[in-house]
Amino acid sequence: MAMNRRDALKSFALMMGGTMVGANVLFTGCAPEDQIEGLEFEPKDIAFLDEIGESIIPATDTPGAKAVGIGNFMVMMVTETYNSEQQEIFVSGLNMIRKDFKDIHDKDFMDGTQEERTAYLNDLNQKAMKSEDQEPKVIGMIKDLTVLGYFTSEIGATQQLRYVETPGRYDACIPYQEGDKVFAI
Amino acid sequence: MANQDYDAIVVGSGISGGWAAKELAEKGLKVLLLERGQDVEHVKDYKNATTAPWEVPHRGRRTIEMLENHPNLRRDYVLNELNLDWWAHEADSPYIEKKPFTWFRGYQVGGRSLLWGRQSYRLADVDFEANLKQDIAVDWPIRYKEIAPWYSYVEKFAGISGSKDGIPILPDGEFQPPMPLNCVEKDVAERIKKHFGGKRHMTIGRVANITEALPGRTKCQFRNKCSLGCPFGGYFSSQASTLPAALATGNLTLRPWSIVTRLIYDRDTQKATGVEVLDAETNETVEYNSKIVFLCASAFNSTAILMRTATEIWPDGLGSSSGELGHNVMDHHFRLGANGTMEGYEDQYYFGRRPTGIYIPRFRNIDGDKRDYIRGFGYQGAASRSGWSRNVAEINFGAPLKEALSEPGPWSMGVTAFGEILPYHENTIKLSATEKDKWGVSILEMNAEIKDNEKKMRVDMMNDAAEMLEAAGMKNVNTYDGGYTFGQGIHEMGTARMGRDPKTSILNGNNQVWDAKNVFVTDGACMTSAAAQNPSLTYMALTARAANFAVEELKKGNL
Repeated sequence: MAMNRRDALKSFALMMGGTMVGANVLFTGCAPEDQIEGLEFEPKDIAFLDEIGESIIPATDTPGAKAVGIGNFMVMMVTETYNSEQQEIFVSGLNMIRKDFKDIHDKDFMDGTQEERTAYLNDLNQKAMKSEDQEPKVIGMIKDLTVLGYFTSEIGATQQLRYVETPGRYDACIPYQEGDKVFAI
Repeated sequence: MANQDYDAIVVGSGISGGWAAKELAEKGLKVLLLERGQDVEHVKDYKNATTAPWEVPHRGRRTIEMLENHPNLRRDYVLNELNLDWWAHEADSPYIEKKPFTWFRGYQVGGRSLLWGRQSYRLADVDFEANLKQDIAVDWPIRYKEIAPWYSYVEKFAGISGSKDGIPILPDGEFQPPMPLNCVEKDVAERIKKHFGGKRHMTIGRVANITEALPGRTKCQFRNKCSLGCPFGGYFSSQASTLPAALATGNLTLRPWSIVTRLIYDRDTQKATGVEVLDAETNETVEYNSKIVFLCASAFNSTAILMRTATEIWPDGLGSSSGELGHNVMDHHFRLGANGTMEGYEDQYYFGRRPTGIYIPRFRNIDGDKRDYIRGFGYQGAASRSGWSRNVAEINFGAPLKEALSEPGPWSMGVTAFGEILPYHENTIKLSATEKDKWGVSILEMNAEIKDNEKKMRVDMMNDAAEMLEAAGMKNVNTYDGGYTFGQGIHEMGTARMGRDPKTSILNGNNQVWDAKNVFVTDGACMTSAAAQNPSLTYMALTARAANFAVEELKKGNL
């Protein structure tokens, strides 16, 4: 089954001109794991993911997703925790985003403004929310990994949330005022 | 050459074995404590106890490699990148599932005392009397009044926090101050009590996390990272509690990497003279001698040792003359209940990560209630405010999403039911005739399933949960059944039960093997019925009681 998915991805990558994310996938042998063998991301892919993440969780009075290295985090999680089917959806989804954004704005995602990027990803998210199968699934994956990576990062946990390593006590009922941050795990 | 002769040998260093070692060593016996796995030193070997969330490589998620390497551990929460070394791995320690069976084991010093859920409840007389009254299996050879002082004894030393609620089904004990219910739980508890006319109770989980310091231990710091090992000694583990006490006597020798293959049985005296140990690192066989042996290797492994003992006399092993060795496998069936949301309380929050939740003791088939099944179930759960991982579909990406997820969300509460499984003769473990592990030791074959009584109970377990949450004013109440495979409760019990008759039980009322009176089995194997309560506290009490009895018998020259 994994072989078929790799073949499908290979066809897709070739069809898209070989410049796409995942185009360097190695197609030698059959990995024992249910994962794409040799899936690698280039620095430009990571930069692309950094900007996507930053569009979802931007710098405000605290740093945003790019500052926590969200691109590298997403790549690591996709490589190690996604199975081949999910990897294929993620990689082909990124390529779709790249192409789709360009079709709409007549420029690369990387050349778009923060507003254009966020608006575009928002539209994609709304589309997925309304779709019975959450299509395109890639936006749900990106959102999930961005939120996870950001709020469990040192910046996210300690600057954007309240992180208390050793609470030392349990206060069962304390007043909460709007604006108070959630406690990080 | 190490000393080969001891007064007592204890097999297994988990909750039961740690207690046996402490009690016997404190009473002056020279004790050899054998543990099949690696040593885990208190504090020093808790390598992820203070790992920050951002230092956790996959932030708690599972890699495909972990999933593929651990087809058994992946069945539940136990597969976790932070303490994977503390759960026995399938490749080294396989077993056979004649029917689906999940066996989660802790093969290291401290065993599962490092990993346990720490919920600590007494069994009540209704539990000890049930088999007799309902003509199920055999009668327990003891009653509550015989074990009550031993519950008190172990509670004081282990440190159990909880509230005295005066509920007959859940006897009160020697508790440290309880951890509090949060504001939603408090109101839910009051509404349940009112709605059900005082027949259903919700209390704070009685838990082996200390709220007052004990010798050598700091009180719980509310980090809720217990299963990574606690550098404060905030919860009961062999490492934090019983082993330091045992070592302080100067009477304890601890030997890790020691797989006990069998007891050495003397036909003439009808006693064990010691144990045969396979060194897990060198594969060498060593024999150790002792006057008494305590088997605390975890239920199925203690029974497996009996099955491999004295086979020249009884082909199916020591204790098999009863026809019940390896039978009556029990667990607690669970993974179903209900959850819901609570409106309001937006101006309320809490501080600290409380390592326990709520407990709703059994209310079915007692006090005149009668169902189409026997026995009952209890609930565990908690109310909390959601955090950044909640779904906020309607919020726009960008600063709005970032801010929304940085504030606590609505309150919700979930409860999970834990139900009693009856002791069925046909639910068994046995040694495989053909399959062995990498040490050449025969592996176990599991053949157990829940039956009609448990299946009927599960209907109530789910519906009663929803009924109570609704009665408490919760909204969006949903029931769930996550499916249960036998063993998943990690409360495996039975297979060498206590009883009153050697023809139908393996152990007598003092956990003494009928066919070898200097051998004691005090872990989950000894359980005659399962009750619905988490069982570890009962193993502690039975172990301390049996150790006291064994030493008295030794003094009298009876062993």
